[in-house]
Amino acid sequence: MEESTDTVERHVPIAAQEVKPKGPLDWLATNVFRLVISLFVPIATFIVLYAGFMFLRGSNASKGIIAVVAIIWGVGGVALLYFVSNWLVEKLGDSWRARIQPFVFVGPAVAILFWYLAFPSLRTFYLSLFDRNGVNFVGLDNYIAVFTNRNMFTAFRNNILLWIPFGALFTVVFGLLVAVLADRSKFDRLAKAFIFMPMAISMVGAGVIWNMLYAVNPNVGMLNAIYTGLTGNAPIAWKASAELAPWNNLFLIIVMIWLQTGFAMTLFSAAIKGIPGDMLEAARVDGATEVQIFFRIMLPSISGTIITVATTVIIFTLKIFDVVMVMTGGQFGTQVIATQFYREYFTNQNAGFGSAIAIVLLIAVVPVMIYNLKQFNEREAF
Amino acid sequence: MTAQTATKKKRGIAWGQVFINVALIVLILVWTIPTVGLLVSSFRSRFDIQTSGWWTILPHREWVTATEFTPGPEVNRDGIMTFEGATGTFEEFRVGVVGNDNKRVIWVGNKRIGRVVIQERQWTAGNRDFTTQNYQEVLGGRTFTVQQPDGSTVTVQGTNFVGAFLNSLIVTIPATVIPILIAAFAAYGFAWMKFPGRKVLFIMVVALLVVPLQIALVPILNDYVKLNLNGTFLGIWLAHTGFGLPLATYLLFNYISTIPRDILESAFIDGASHFTIFIQLILPLSVPALASFAIFQFLWVWNDYLIALIFIGAKPDVQVLTQRIAEMVGSRGNDWHLLTAGAFVSMILPLIVFFSLQRFFVRGLMAGSVKG
Repeated sequence: MEESTDTVERHVPIAAQEVKPKGPLDWLATNVFRLVISLFVPIATFIVLYAGFMFLRGSNASKGIIAVVAIIWGVGGVALLYFVSNWLVEKLGDSWRARIQPFVFVGPAVAILFWYLAFPSLRTFYLSLFDRNGVNFVGLDNYIAVFTNRNMFTAFRNNILLWIPFGALFTVVFGLLVAVLADRSKFDRLAKAFIFMPMAISMVGAGVIWNMLYAVNPNVGMLNAIYTGLTGNAPIAWKASAELAPWNNLFLIIVMIWLQTGFAMTLFSAAIKGIPGDMLEAARVDGATEVQIFFRIMLPSISGTIITVATTVIIFTLKIFDVVMVMTGGQFGTQVIATQFYREYFTNQNAGFGSAIAIVLLIAVVPVMIYNLKQFNEREAF
Repeated sequence: MTAQTATKKKRGIAWGQVFINVALIVLILVWTIPTVGLLVSSFRSRFDIQTSGWWTILPHREWVTATEFTPGPEVNRDGIMTFEGATGTFEEFRVGVVGNDNKRVIWVGNKRIGRVVIQERQWTAGNRDFTTQNYQEVLGGRTFTVQQPDGSTVTVQGTNFVGAFLNSLIVTIPATVIPILIAAFAAYGFAWMKFPGRKVLFIMVVALLVVPLQIALVPILNDYVKLNLNGTFLGIWLAHTGFGLPLATYLLFNYISTIPRDILESAFIDGASHFTIFIQLILPLSVPALASFAIFQFLWVWNDYLIALIFIGAKPDVQVLTQRIAEMVGSRGNDWHLLTAGAFVSMILPLIVFFSLQRFFVRGLMAGSVKG
């Protein structure tokens, strides 16, 4: 029904858009009918969506049915909203349509972004100036606490002195190593697939994998099996060993290196392929060794990519949460900024302190992000 | 590692190739062994996991009992004893003492009526008693019985990972499609429509790319508590949509804005509306970009733990796989038979996507590296 009116309207010039009414009664009937339709469609849409929401929240149906309904409702609902609002806008006159239609297109995105990112940043900052219940204004006290608290000190030390340098260094080194080796090997695609594979695994899953590798029982933990087999000493708790602190952090950092090397490798591979072949050939003809070629030609030509990888790893490590949470829960001196944020806000229920940590994290991440984004723009991944 | 002179070049490169391939194989092994260990262990029984390493499925040397006997009452169990050339106290024999011909002597059982076992190191094919019991226990929600190594049975409660798996799907599919749809509309609007404030709004969208999502968790959670959205699928879809939108809009804008102008203009002349052009022309043309982002977002949501932890929390009906596994690590950290199977259940779908759509997958993850 709507479809026919829709197509008619679109092809009729503006002046003739209103179908000439024969009398006032006709005119009234047409417009009332239109109004009813215009109201009915959005209201019906709303009712359908609301009913779906209530069904999903309180339903006792079997899990399979809920899954199907939820997916159709979620995906279809959003598409339906666009169709209905566009249908409404196209009912309007041409000049209004031109004015409003852009907001049908960009409006939802902008609204969601404001609700989920823009305002929350300001609200978190606001909360960070108040006490644990968000009632009394305390000024910058929370920020002073962030930088004087002992746990926070450990978290900063781990993030800045251990995670960033070791994580970035070894991700770059291993990524480069695999990229250079695979570039000269015949089974490069297979090798790259295996190194990249951990990127498909969740950090929680990776946590389980490495928890097992580090397990104290030498029948479970491969590292302890090797260690006790070689030295005959008692097994060590590795990541959960307070005696090793702060170096037990390295066992968590290894997990991140394992996850991120595939990313570094892919970028380095592309960069190495971009080095002009005749440049390398000329160097070889002049008698340069492979090692010289690597250090004098390859490294300088891909220095931009090295920085990109390093900055991406820095952002990743500053926000690292899942790995630490699953493997040590931030105990044994392995807490990081993001786990402290979680602990302060959710476990200790200190809204002000938690918010201040989030703001500090934001301030630490933003400059690196901006730099990274600029690099990304030049790279044009798509 | 390589010879430089032209005459030696051929031979040198061959050796270089060997070195390169060996180094690569070592790296691949180091990178895959942890995952292989998980996979193998998930098919071993609880008892096997606790008593022998997963690597014992490979042929290896192990102590095999050659003879055993019960020492008579004349042996002084509190002093130093000697069997088969091995000397030691009772405590030392409990661990095992190596005596003649590299044979190991072990005291099994208690001091008074225990046996002495003489073992030899022998090659075995590896113990490959694989079982799918762990998966049954992890996936199922009901109680059922498990046979113990000594023949007795115990009743255990399944951990219902099938439910969590379905929840992960319910969360992930809409949380992938919704942001793509919204972002594609917005990208089209920013690229091809004229309206006041277009530039400013677009700059804001890009600027929000640099905001880490941790910053938004607390205020959004407050809103959710007020709106009763906490622990609902709608709530977590919207959260993932909000946090994924800046990147999605930005990437799709980059793509959609490069579609040649003529294609759109001829469509306009034919009287098509923006909406029709978008649905019938732009979306089909943008499939590569949409697919790359879809894969990235799919993985991101599937593997996410933090957002689920905060916006779903402790609702067992809604909890996703990552939450269940993390919970299990906390409460049953030594039940490796369950942890390995559970972790593998959570990894299977991403791994299938990875191996079947590798090219899109790599492109998607590369593009997603700038996510805030």
